[in-house]
Amino acid sequence: MDVYRAIADPTRRAILDELVDRSGQSLFEICARLTMKHGINSSRQAITQHLGVLEAAGLIRTRREGRSKLHWFQGGPLKAIAERWPIATDERDM
Amino acid sequence: MRIHLAGVFVDDQQKALRFYTETLGFQLKHNIPLGEYAWITVVSPEDPEGTEFLLEPDAHPAVRPFVKALVEDGIPSTSFAVDDVQAEYERLQAKGVQFVQPPTDLGPVITAILDDTCGNLIQIQEEKPQP
Repeated sequence: MDVYRAIADPTRRAILDELVDRSGQSLFEICARLTMKHGINSSRQAITQHLGVLEAAGLIRTRREGRSKLHWFQGGPLKAIAERWPIATDERDM
Repeated sequence: MRIHLAGVFVDDQQKALRFYTETLGFQLKHNIPLGEYAWITVVSPEDPEGTEFLLEPDAHPAVRPFVKALVEDGIPSTSFAVDDVQAEYERLQAKGVQFVQPPTDLGPVITAILDDTCGNLIQIQEEKPQP
């Protein structure tokens, strides 16, 4: 799964926004934030699929904490974008 | 028609009774022995004649896999209304209660989620005044 396809979807970008706001969320918390803060009323199954895409792209990782499965954002794969199209040092003068 | 009873499945009724009364602050309403188990309900001191909350044994074989799957995805078994989530969070944390979600502003409501030590996640919720 490439990072470009992973972040092409607005729901997946909203998931990343919320995981940056607070690390280590359950599926329930992610769904609650998407519904209440973004008006995204996708089913839990649909959100689970989005999380699978993000995990396959390396943009989130999951870990079992206690009896719950939690999700973390990891930005490493995004570095490839900045490295591929570096921002020129003189860009602000243009 | 009115809702007079709600509840959760618990892995130990006596431990649950202590948690829901001594820690959360509900009051015992009924404790009727029924052989190996008991019919135990609690009520809110703010509404002692109101809805009773049943602490039901999780002995049925379907219950534990069901509750385990809910907890895995962080889904609370039920939700209680409070006036101030932040104040309850601080009060309960001081008593050693584990929160899996700290107070979180979700727009019209603020919520937090705690572990009831008897198998369940419980949400507490504060409705924000409407502008």
